[in-house]
Amino acid sequence: MSQSLTGIAASKGIAMAPAFILEQPDMDIQKKSVSDVEQEAARYKKAVATAKEELTLIKDKTLKEMGEDKAEIFSAHLLVLEDPELIDAVEAKIKEGVNAEFAMKEVSDMYVSMFESMDNEYMKERAADIKDVSKRVLLHLLGMENTSLAEIDKETVIIAEDLTPSDTAQLNLAYIKGFATDIGGRTSHSAIMARSMEVAAVVGTKEATSSVQTGDFVIIDGLEGTVLVNPDEKTISEYKEKKEAFARQKEEWAKLINETSVTKDDHHVELAANIGTPQDMEGVLANGAEGIGLYRTEFLYMGRDELPTEEEQFEAYKSVLEKMDNKRVVIRTLDIGGDKELPYLDLPKEMNPFLGFRAIRLCLEKTDMFKTQLRALLRASAYGKLSIMFPMVAAIEEVRQAKAILQEVKEELTAGGTEVSDAIEIGIMVEIPSTAAAAEIFAKEVDFFSIGTNDLIQYTMAADRMSEKVAHLYQPYHPAILRLVKNVIDAAHKEGKWAGMCGEMAGEPTAVPLLLGLGLDEFSMSATSVLPARSQIRQLSKKEAESLVEEAMTLSTSAEIAELVQKRGFITEEM
Amino acid sequence: MVEENVEVQLKTGLQARPAALFVQEANRFHSDISIEKDGKVVNAKSIMGIMSLAVRNGASIKIMINGNDEADAMKALVDYVKKE
Repeated sequence: MSQSLTGIAASKGIAMAPAFILEQPDMDIQKKSVSDVEQEAARYKKAVATAKEELTLIKDKTLKEMGEDKAEIFSAHLLVLEDPELIDAVEAKIKEGVNAEFAMKEVSDMYVSMFESMDNEYMKERAADIKDVSKRVLLHLLGMENTSLAEIDKETVIIAEDLTPSDTAQLNLAYIKGFATDIGGRTSHSAIMARSMEVAAVVGTKEATSSVQTGDFVIIDGLEGTVLVNPDEKTISEYKEKKEAFARQKEEWAKLINETSVTKDDHHVELAANIGTPQDMEGVLANGAEGIGLYRTEFLYMGRDELPTEEEQFEAYKSVLEKMDNKRVVIRTLDIGGDKELPYLDLPKEMNPFLGFRAIRLCLEKTDMFKTQLRALLRASAYGKLSIMFPMVAAIEEVRQAKAILQEVKEELTAGGTEVSDAIEIGIMVEIPSTAAAAEIFAKEVDFFSIGTNDLIQYTMAADRMSEKVAHLYQPYHPAILRLVKNVIDAAHKEGKWAGMCGEMAGEPTAVPLLLGLGLDEFSMSATSVLPARSQIRQLSKKEAESLVEEAMTLSTSAEIAELVQKRGFITEEM
Repeated sequence: MVEENVEVQLKTGLQARPAALFVQEANRFHSDISIEKDGKVVNAKSIMGIMSLAVRNGASIKIMINGNDEADAMKALVDYVKKE
């Protein structure tokens, strides 16, 4: 029977393939007494051996196809599997006459709760490894299927409750055409990954895993945010056409790669891309971005045991600057804390991590770490057009302090004879309402602003976008947000500085005309949004966008404003 | 049976990846190897045992080794934890 689910369109494209459900198997483990303990112990040993073979295969495959970093998690799993303490404890229980499943579960639960109760993020993560390994062994003991994402070797769409970083690490893009999840929003990990991998994705469907079964034919429409299960022939052929139309549209967009982003009335804006690692540069160049508006450096610091060295950072920054060939590259200094943690920094637990010790606040205290990053940035500045941006600025003192540290590092370097560019721009992220409201104070002391909409909206509205009950208050077009954005742009222009935006909003078809009308100079977005945005901007006029903004400023709700943009025909691309 | 008290110099202590490497190093030897920290003793060949100690940089641990290759094992493990 055919069925249709609605979710959030997270990544453009249409995928049509048989589904694979990534599910948590329902393992019902009962305590049983066994009489032949020797045989039970042998059965346990065999399950461990099979799990080991399986993990070794996955590890080798991941190593070969995705590199050492991604394979490391499986090395850790193998160590847990071979742990003598764990094996001995399970075998001792079996000798007492209980079944292997129960013995394994009891021992691993004991370790899991021990690690989960530790006051250390890294240890808590290890609890997940132990669960994962124990599940693998239990599935073998129970004779149940255990398919890993890395083993998929035919065209498939993935249906899951959610995809974790270790899940997405295993996706082989030769076969995985798209995915749909039960939970998540446009800015959740899975959605961001889907856009960077350029696969179709719909998130937050609430019921995908309960409505779809492995093997069902599924269409994932990442343009509309719908998931169709076992559609009829007619629907399939309609979607084939839609898929082709999207491919043609993409070709049309591709023609704009080397074009400029100018409106009909000859107003030029800069369309830039957001990146996380130098590997993202391929997508940036393929999509004709005019610069890098946000290079998130935290990925250099994540998924490892210690701080990256100056040399490592220098190489990463230099490679991006060189590839951009003298186009502007805005590199944001470390933005860690909040939802992004670094276990090795051992930061204190806080009641409100989003309002706590993070980003520039952390860097101004851990000055050794901050200086290492600044040194790497300054050394790299000789290889392109670098702009340095400080995140989470709330008060002007922070800007002064950060600039003083930067100056100090610069003097040390030049005194030592290192070449440093003298044209580096220094800017700040505007994502805290205090900074947006008092932008004219900041505009005098920085070279540019970049508005971070995700945080600006959630701090202004005091609504956590990940919390389902208040997500409706996360309103990008709320009159307060438009006024703050206007204030920031006007303040920058008054001092002859430029203002950009690097949040998700900058690439939204509804936001683009409003931002254009407000006078935004630079729009930075996912690389894949650059060409659609350029196509839209080339069909707009700055004058009309200004009159749109004038009218929008008279409205009272986010919904009315979004509707106005639609009604006045400013959204030229349906896709 | 040999015993030695050492201060862990590894920057991240015996946690995360260094813990895994330590266990792999211990596994190269036949001897029984255990580690004591604050009165708690664990098997040095057990990743979960080592991690459960949460040994940080600068912590003192006692390495106890018993077996035919105990001298070599002690040298290798002490060298490892003294690395910075």
